[in-house]
Amino acid sequence: MKTTSTSRRDFLKVAATVSGGLWLGFNWQTADANALPLTALDAAGLADAPHNFNSFISIGTDGLITIFSPNPEVGQGIKTAFPMVVADELDADWARVRVEQAPLDTKRFERQAAGGSQSLRHSWTRLRQAGATARQMLVETAAARWNVPASECTTDKAVVFHKASNRKVSYGELATDAAKRPVPTNVTLKTPKQFTIIGKNMPNVDNKEILTGKPIYGIDFYREGMLFAMVQRPPAFGLKLKSVDAAAAKAMPGVTDIVTLKNGVAVVGKNTWAVKKAREKLKVEWEKINPDAPLDSTEGFDRQFKELLDKPGTVRRKDGDPDAAFASAARIIKAEYQCPMLAHSPLEPMNFFAHVRPDGVELVGSTQTPERARNDVAKLLGVAPETVSVNMTRMGGGFGRRLQADFAVEAAEVSSLVKAPVKVIWTREDDMNGGSYRPACRYRFEAALDKDNNLIGYKLRGVGVNVANSTREDNFPAGAVPNLLIDSHDVKSPVTTWAWRAPITNFLAFAEQAFLDEVAAAAGKDPIQFRLDLFAKAKSSPTGAVKYEVDRMEAVTRLVAEKSNWGKNPSVKQGFSVYFSHNSYVAQVAEVVQKNGKPVLQKIHAAADCGVVVSRSGALQQMKGGVVDGLGHALYGKLTLKDGAAEQRNFDAFRLIRMNEVPDVEVYFVENEKDPSGLGEPALPPTGAAVANAMFKATGTRLYNQPFAEQPGSPWKQNM
Amino acid sequence: MATIALTINGKKHSLNVDPQMPLLWAIRDVVGLKGTKFGCGMAQCGSCTVHLNGAPIRSCVTPVSAVANKKITTIEGIGTETNLHPVQQAWIDEQVPQCGYCQSGQIMTAVALLNSKPKPTDADIDAAMQGNLCRCGTYARIRKAIHRAAESSDKPTATTGK
Repeated sequence: MKTTSTSRRDFLKVAATVSGGLWLGFNWQTADANALPLTALDAAGLADAPHNFNSFISIGTDGLITIFSPNPEVGQGIKTAFPMVVADELDADWARVRVEQAPLDTKRFERQAAGGSQSLRHSWTRLRQAGATARQMLVETAAARWNVPASECTTDKAVVFHKASNRKVSYGELATDAAKRPVPTNVTLKTPKQFTIIGKNMPNVDNKEILTGKPIYGIDFYREGMLFAMVQRPPAFGLKLKSVDAAAAKAMPGVTDIVTLKNGVAVVGKNTWAVKKAREKLKVEWEKINPDAPLDSTEGFDRQFKELLDKPGTVRRKDGDPDAAFASAARIIKAEYQCPMLAHSPLEPMNFFAHVRPDGVELVGSTQTPERARNDVAKLLGVAPETVSVNMTRMGGGFGRRLQADFAVEAAEVSSLVKAPVKVIWTREDDMNGGSYRPACRYRFEAALDKDNNLIGYKLRGVGVNVANSTREDNFPAGAVPNLLIDSHDVKSPVTTWAWRAPITNFLAFAEQAFLDEVAAAAGKDPIQFRLDLFAKAKSSPTGAVKYEVDRMEAVTRLVAEKSNWGKNPSVKQGFSVYFSHNSYVAQVAEVVQKNGKPVLQKIHAAADCGVVVSRSGALQQMKGGVVDGLGHALYGKLTLKDGAAEQRNFDAFRLIRMNEVPDVEVYFVENEKDPSGLGEPALPPTGAAVANAMFKATGTRLYNQPFAEQPGSPWKQNM
Repeated sequence: MATIALTINGKKHSLNVDPQMPLLWAIRDVVGLKGTKFGCGMAQCGSCTVHLNGAPIRSCVTPVSAVANKKITTIEGIGTETNLHPVQQAWIDEQVPQCGYCQSGQIMTAVALLNSKPKPTDADIDAAMQGNLCRCGTYARIRKAIHRAAESSDKPTATTGK
């Protein structure tokens, strides 16, 4: 598509050049000017270009406020949540706020990344200060005009008031003068009770563009003259390129270039289909990197896991005298849990645009870490990072996969070789066979109970593929048990593993919380009371460091117990799980009922303490989505390897949860005034155990391994 | 290569393409409409759903030659930002999207469902929508949005574009 008239963003780019104050320069060649809403700002002439107050805020003389959102939007809702925080402290009128995605700019912004549920936690105070500072500049300008003390002025919905003299003036009328004022260094932030936008149900700012099919994702980006590319990568881990016969592929219609990369072959041409068909004609020979080593398989990993769990590993935490505790125990409970690898499977397959020119490199696309993309590309090409620009598009999901930069580096490599703007597109099969999987892990848990059924000893040993530390040694119940030993092993492999939504905890939480359920049952205690007793112990007589807030663990536990009427209805079989991860606290109760003689998962209650809830609609989505994601992958998720290659290459074999399989999910928040922590990840980890524990109550069968649907006795098994 | 005539959202296009090229890539790369999404390439995820004479099809496995001279409707053809289709409006009212990537396919499937069953039950919705994956897990809001669209007095009718 060609832009036939000056688009909104073209205008801003021009305005930026003219005014010199604005820095925005995101020029979407694909944007359909007629489809974009024409705002008062667009209608305004260059003389009325908006005034820049700081990295986050510009205000037009017409009162339209633009808030720049620096962090990548991957579906976590940050492009709505960040501006809400700025707008609240600014006392903006949300209906007259426009949000723009800022490009990577390490001089203006910090931590432009989407990962670890860290964005709000990191930026909370910075965003508030940006809003409050601009508000103060506007207030001071109005006060000076009226010759009254600034302290007598109030603000509401982008208007400054002086109530004593019954005067008011809009931010738009003040913008030109206010932007010139010295930036105040000591501003007062609101108290949480004064928030007017934070905590509300604001819709996702991109909803209309998403729902009318606008080209807003990385895969949609198109530049006139751009070529398309697909890359033939090694078909298995542990292989390298030996030789290429590209003659047949080169002869295919629409193909412009075939270039050899470091460990792959890129087919470049005029459209996606042309390069996909041509790639099938490549004759590539591969050879083993290490001729003496077999290519890795899931079977081999399973064998190594079992062997290693019998050997002492790297000690991660040791409290008291675990061996003595186990020697004196009245009873020992022991169980092992295992999870397979998983592909991230964002629905938008990997892709990236790169244009390597002599004077600089342009990168555009879906990335959770634009700075990593920039630095890795700069390193590959041997250029200064400052010469590489990165514009972030909306992402069709990431789940951690887009925290890597391999796809951006590859696009830059292809562009540098063909000397043209290039979009590299991965097929789903490329993605699923391309690695960066959730590491397969296996855990052994042991618990020692004394004759009064007190938990006196606890051991956890973990092992995984390229996982470094597969444990989270300071997580609960550490601190609540007098004798504890946590150690781990790592299996090294050419198979690449990587952070997958809620890294490590996405399965560790299941194993731990399922095990504690088994220990509670062995001790003859109610599963929630068992946890509450341990929390009390962590508070009154902690062992070693306690790195979670016990009161918050307890509060989410009590909230979900109350909301789910825990234990009150004998026909509803309930399972409990509570987990602290990524700085937030989440407790869940799953409910199983009998329907037509079969146990059916009917509902999941989820209570969270993430501090102040910023964007309520988005927070609910992260909670519900996290639960659905945790459930779906616990039930069905499995990626296995044979001879170094994935055995599941698309959604026919790699099963994802579908609409008809999702139970009702109800969410509750602990309302407090603590600084917000994230929610992109913390809702996922507790789900598997809540479900498995409820299913145990309903069927008497414990689930130890994922996916549940393949386990003996699993009620999901017959559905396969 | 062959010349293939397509009618997309009421507009006629003449494409010079490989007849085997999936309709998805013809729409995205050749016609230049990007709302129809690539997700799997094998009719497993539903992101590429468009209407063929009003019925939902998976454009990623439909050769462009198979739909020559037929009426195709994409997400761009059912409503615009200033004139939303009732189903798009319901999606906004229920605040459905997270990442949003699958939603154009979800909407195209939902519009077809509502045209054949104006008041669908939960079971109808399950049956119609289970071919559309949402990796973010927005299923509950999708269900609510379909019920809302069904209840809105403004009956969804447009499937053939303008």
